[in-house]
Amino acid sequence: MTSTLEPGTPALHAGLSQAQLHELYYFMRLTRSIEEKLVNLYRQTKVIGGLFRSLGQEADAVGSAYALDKGDILSPLIRNLGSMLVKGATPVEVLRQYMAKAESPTRGRELNIHFNDLERGFLGQISHLGDMVAVMAGVTLSFRMRREARVGLVYVGDGAMSTGAFHEGINFAAVQRLPLVIVAENNGYAYSTPMHKQTAVAELVEKAAGYGVRGAQADGNDVLAVYEVTKEAVERARAGGGVTLIELMTYRRKGHAEHDNQSYVTKEELEAWAAKDPLDRYARHLTEGGRATAAELAAIDARVTAEIDTAVALCENEPLPEPATALDGVLAEPPKAELEWYRRLDG
Amino acid sequence: MAEVTYLEALRDGLAEEMARDERVFILGEDVGAYGGAFKVTEGFQKRFGEERVIDTPISEVAIVGAAAGAAHMGLRPVCEMQFIDFLSCAYSILTNYVATARYRAGLKTPMVIRGPSGGYVRGGPFHSQNPEAAYLHTPGLKMVAPATARDAKGLIKAAIRDEDPVLYFEHKYLYRRIKEDLPDGEEILTPIGQAKVVREGKDLSIITWSAMLWKSLEAAEQLEKTDGLSVEVVDLRTLLPLDDAAIVATVKKTNRVLIAHEDTRTGGVAGEITARINELCFEWLDAPVKRVCAHDVPLPYAPTLEDFVLPQTDDLVRAARWVAAY
Ligand SMILES: Cc1ncc(C[n+]2csc(CCOP(=O)(O)OP(=O)(O)O)c2C)c(N)n1
Ligand SMILES: [Mg+2]
Repeated sequence: MTSTLEPGTPALHAGLSQAQLHELYYFMRLTRSIEEKLVNLYRQTKVIGGLFRSLGQEADAVGSAYALDKGDILSPLIRNLGSMLVKGATPVEVLRQYMAKAESPTRGRELNIHFNDLERGFLGQISHLGDMVAVMAGVTLSFRMRREARVGLVYVGDGAMSTGAFHEGINFAAVQRLPLVIVAENNGYAYSTPMHKQTAVAELVEKAAGYGVRGAQADGNDVLAVYEVTKEAVERARAGGGVTLIELMTYRRKGHAEHDNQSYVTKEELEAWAAKDPLDRYARHLTEGGRATAAELAAIDARVTAEIDTAVALCENEPLPEPATALDGVLAEPPKAELEWYRRLDG
Repeated sequence: MAEVTYLEALRDGLAEEMARDERVFILGEDVGAYGGAFKVTEGFQKRFGEERVIDTPISEVAIVGAAAGAAHMGLRPVCEMQFIDFLSCAYSILTNYVATARYRAGLKTPMVIRGPSGGYVRGGPFHSQNPEAAYLHTPGLKMVAPATARDAKGLIKAAIRDEDPVLYFEHKYLYRRIKEDLPDGEEILTPIGQAKVVREGKDLSIITWSAMLWKSLEAAEQLEKTDGLSVEVVDLRTLLPLDDAAIVATVKKTNRVLIAHEDTRTGGVAGEITARINELCFEWLDAPVKRVCAHDVPLPYAPTLEDFVLPQTDDLVRAARWVAAY
């Protein structure tokens, strides 16, 4: 398992420039701060539905997405806000989604980070776990059919790997040797269910052999290790080397969603993983390795805060969607009959 | 007497059947120590043991298939879908394997699949579904959808004792909003296949089930006050098999019918009920049968959109006036 941040290991910078190293920090900080702001908004009941956190998993999302090029497409899960930000999703889009605003990317139709932009390179999930693996097989199939040197990346949780859709999707991608990277986020739990009740293998990467794909593993709380392991898989896929299943070892430090008090985990476990916080570790790595000064990181933090404040101010008081806008867009042809049916209730 | 919520009534019903019959066991995602996403099985694992309250992987096909196999062998499994929206993942094994087992192979498959359904909770397109229409068309299944705490308990108990596979759709909006005094010590069993007249009336009938029962009752009160209309409200409770006798009886009594359901309109259960009314008692109608249901769109998340798409009390009132005035 690759890890670069442990004491005693030489400082690796994965071929990244100083500006890129700083950018990784920026995206991780942005992810965390947006979610913290969302917690505030949630407590003020401004977030309409549930709130999902990726606390402690920011490196896994950001480092993996950072390994993609422009033109590559990823499909995020609920804990991959960071991946979407790397691909160009903006704080205001995320805030609008959570608050179901008329101007949100889905115009109030879908929740949280379930939204797309194929141009920027992210294909939003649906709730039904595992489905996106099969869908991303199709996305990458299109790359190959058109002889485009593009790569797809799809995230899957330790829990979602138990679905039939995951199995069928990865198997198809494997047989076709598609340019697809599958990132299995081992964060210890699926809702309350620990991994040993989810699968009889000790490590998710063991499953790679069963599908005949390459397996790799990295410390998911080490953003550079995540970047490196993903970069290698992405380049291999781009060169026609087929699917890699990457297992990132990390931990979900909050409940499944904001309502879940995590009664099923121990304080010790939480504390142990808090000590491995990916942002703290990376900040230390950068400053101790002479790649950033504390002042530079503080400036990034301030920039993040300012960006989020601006985004909140922009959208907080925006209206919700107009009711009747619910009806358009089910099919390419506008379903006029729907509105007429509704009016007919009046007689 | 003890006042219990809809959710507690369901929980009590499950617990009573587990205590009464050791063949009953529960399987689903996070149902064990955690007690389920909505805490329906809270405390069950401690009380009944890990063997009878099984945390499964996220594998709806395995849950439904394993339940069927265990049922063939004489056990009485109760499957929990974390949200009923995920039952669609097991659509094939449920409709092809489970539903046909008795007919094609003489296999007994007494099992229950239950889970939270329904909207009005800002759950978006994948945590709000009302899936009854998807299964209405499948011979070999039974389907119930309680609206009251008493029936939440009575129907889960009846479903567990039934000899055939029963889909039990509980409504998450009602979980903690509906309360009722239920007598301690009385065995509550709601017969599957029997509707109930919840409010007597003579001018017009609303046929409905699940959360829409409460909106229908609200509309009925309002219509009585503002329009002097006497509205009968029938809670179907069971959707498969439909209680034709109860439907015919209310048609013959009021001669005017409104069918209200939360699911989308096209291919919804209201269409089937309307067809049966046509076949069984058309000549008793004084007005066309009218439907109040959701618009034909995936259920959107924003409150303004969800409230528009789902049927509301006002929609019922307007439609009822139209039927009454026809
Ligand atoms: C097919 C399906 N079944 C059940 C659910 C309900 N559900 C949502 S998230 C979740 C746990 C997911 O765990 P994991 O895949 O490990 O992802 P994590 O939340 O840990 O990131 C469950 C059971 C679902 N979304 N889809
Ligand atoms: Mg997980």
